[in-house]
Amino acid sequence: MKRAGGNLFILCLLLVAIAASFIWLQLDLSALLTADGRRQMHDYAAAFFPPDTSPAWLLKLWRGALETLAISAIGTLLAALFGALLSLLAAGRMGAAARVVCRLLLNALRSVPELVWAALMVLAAGLGPFAGTLALALHTTGVLGRLFAEALENTPSAPAQALREAGSGRVAAFVYGTLPGVLPQWLSYTLYRWENNIRMAAVLGFVGAGGLGQMLHVTLSLFQQSKAASVILAMLAMVLLVDALSGWIRARLG
Amino acid sequence: MIRQSSQWQSRDPAALPRALITLLLIALLWPGLQLAEFRPQVLFNSQNLDTMGRFLAGFWPPALDADFLRLLGKATLETLAMATAGMTLALLLAIPAALLATRALSVSRLLSDRAGVLGQFLRYPVRLLLMVLRSIPEIVWALLFVRAVGLGPTAGVLAIAITYSGMLGKVYAEILESVDPAPARALLLAGSSRLSVFFYGLLPNAAQELTSYTLYRWECAVRASVVMGFVGAGGLGQMIDLSLRMFAGGEVASILMTFLLLVLLADQISLQLRRRLA
Amino acid sequence: MSLRLSGVSYAHPNGQSALQAIDLQVAAGEQLAIIGPSGAGKTTLLRLLSTSLQPVSGSISLLDQQPARLSGRGLRRLRSRIGLIHQSPPLPPRQRVVTAVLAGRLGQWSLLRALLSLCYPVDAAGARQELARLDLADKLFQRCDQLSGGQLQRVGIARTLYQQPDLLLADEPVSAMDPVLADHTLGLLGAVARERGIPLVASLHAVDLALRHFPRVLGLRDGRVLFDKASGEVSQADLADLYANDSLAGAAPTSHSQAGALRPGRC
Repeated sequence: MKRAGGNLFILCLLLVAIAASFIWLQLDLSALLTADGRRQMHDYAAAFFPPDTSPAWLLKLWRGALETLAISAIGTLLAALFGALLSLLAAGRMGAAARVVCRLLLNALRSVPELVWAALMVLAAGLGPFAGTLALALHTTGVLGRLFAEALENTPSAPAQALREAGSGRVAAFVYGTLPGVLPQWLSYTLYRWENNIRMAAVLGFVGAGGLGQMLHVTLSLFQQSKAASVILAMLAMVLLVDALSGWIRARLG
Repeated sequence: MIRQSSQWQSRDPAALPRALITLLLIALLWPGLQLAEFRPQVLFNSQNLDTMGRFLAGFWPPALDADFLRLLGKATLETLAMATAGMTLALLLAIPAALLATRALSVSRLLSDRAGVLGQFLRYPVRLLLMVLRSIPEIVWALLFVRAVGLGPTAGVLAIAITYSGMLGKVYAEILESVDPAPARALLLAGSSRLSVFFYGLLPNAAQELTSYTLYRWECAVRASVVMGFVGAGGLGQMIDLSLRMFAGGEVASILMTFLLLVLLADQISLQLRRRLA
Repeated sequence: MSLRLSGVSYAHPNGQSALQAIDLQVAAGEQLAIIGPSGAGKTTLLRLLSTSLQPVSGSISLLDQQPARLSGRGLRRLRSRIGLIHQSPPLPPRQRVVTAVLAGRLGQWSLLRALLSLCYPVDAAGARQELARLDLADKLFQRCDQLSGGQLQRVGIARTLYQQPDLLLADEPVSAMDPVLADHTLGLLGAVARERGIPLVASLHAVDLALRHFPRVLGLRDGRVLFDKASGEVSQADLADLYANDSLAGAAPTSHSQAGALRPGRC
């Protein structure tokens, strides 16, 4: 009974919070519903159709899609490499102090959203895809580093230990004894993040980090809705393709 | 002769495929690096170093004056409100969509373990709609809505509502399909309407998972709300964007710290609620 | 003396005593079997001999060196001269047999060579030779998780043989093999040790295998040496004392082997 009472209390709190949110925002959806507002929205939306499919624009779209793909791939690759290195420290293989510091670092990298990193990287590297690549690399290093470290901590240490007792050095023992055990898991995590990063790479363009996102931002700012429509369709197509491809790879690996 | 054959038997069969895959990856790597304009030296050219250096130097001390803190507080509340309101609207769309899309309420499936063809005609369009809604990143929706309804949190709320209704709808449908169908079947055979079957047969078992996922999504919505601020949807995101443009390192530092705290807070709230309702 | 233990004691980190005041000497070319009931400390003794554990008291001298005084490079070099065959081979499941066997010489290879061998096995023929001795040559390029328990144990043995150690240790090396194979493998280990003139110390569950293949037998019980004699001199009374188990109803086993080799005992 006490629990039911407690739950009811929480439910009431939630309802109050929800109501408060709407009130605070002074959400004036009524503007959407006036005749004038509706006509504006209708005009705006109508300009999206039909999407621009002229060959010149399609070529640019193709190039933008490739750029987005490259940003996500290189960014994820860098993240996997640095994440692997940091995970060794974060799993405590080089001392407790390094472990704590590394975990903090990885947490910090993860917590900042990719878009914020992208905005910062645009400062450091200028507009364009390089900033997007760096942003993805930084954020994903945090994510992968933590996942890799967990995999390392869960893998048996007996193989590497046995090798060290036969006189092997630490690096060789790790590569021959521990790595074969964690590598499939690491690859799986990396693929999963790459899937996610392709969506993100498209979006990072909004702050000038290249790819389809930048094209979308520019076309919308210039009120070229029909061009923007084809960019959105291209993004959609890419996401669906990547989902399918990754599903196929996963089936082959697993 | 024997030595020859033993050498032949000792050749590694995996060598050729490995070499080919390595070559393929290198062949893809090069154009990839070109497309991504991967030039690390750019980071170190004097102009960029200078910019970055000055910016980072501005991080300390973080801006802590009263006016700014007041703005920060308002923006944080705005972000939280955006996430909550957006999720609420998403729920309003997602729940009916999930009920339509789930195979768990299919009469034919409950009775004969196979979903009937006619039902599929209704379910598939709804599923397709949900997929389209969630495949377009919410920030794209936000960008569109900003153009349509102007700057401010309204655009963000609508964007979250649309995208998250897609995600919630799909996962709700799947959760409903994954619980034990026996109570639902029993109710159906006893003559209940499908809505009653849902409330009394499926919902009790699925409630915990549904709530858990919804709270997890709310956490994500908080993060997404920050991000959408970059395209003008208000909240902390818009503040960071402005401060970055104005090169105000101290302000960016404060906002970033607030954001990290907010995410931590949302994590905790979600965790506690999930535990309590378990 | 290849191997000398004087008054060696070992206690587990939780305080439980595993070995007490062990004295043992093994010369080059000698072959010794260690037998005893479960929990007697056989594995602990072998791990002390492979420098995996440090004794709590007493001194160990291996191959005329004191492992307690060595560290870093010196310890690595000593370890690469000692080969331990594990009861449960510590092989990563997805690793290929050829890589697993070649890993035996990691202590003697430079890091560069080790890394290159991952891309293309540096000495597949050598690995093949060792595996051929154990009738596993055709499994050279298969993955470890595609092998049976007995085959995996033989791969572990092949790796230690490939290491070409100066001291060969074996912890229940044939526990997963059928009786015929176990017999054959022990014969092989003995032959290799004789060929290379190195000492062989093996712990075994099956008493009859120990008595048949090893000229010298050491009986361990509750962490103490009960007897250390030539195998021909081991009597039924010795074995009864060794394996006596008051908590189990019935007479103490004679030379009946325990789980593992299933040969009938002598009457």
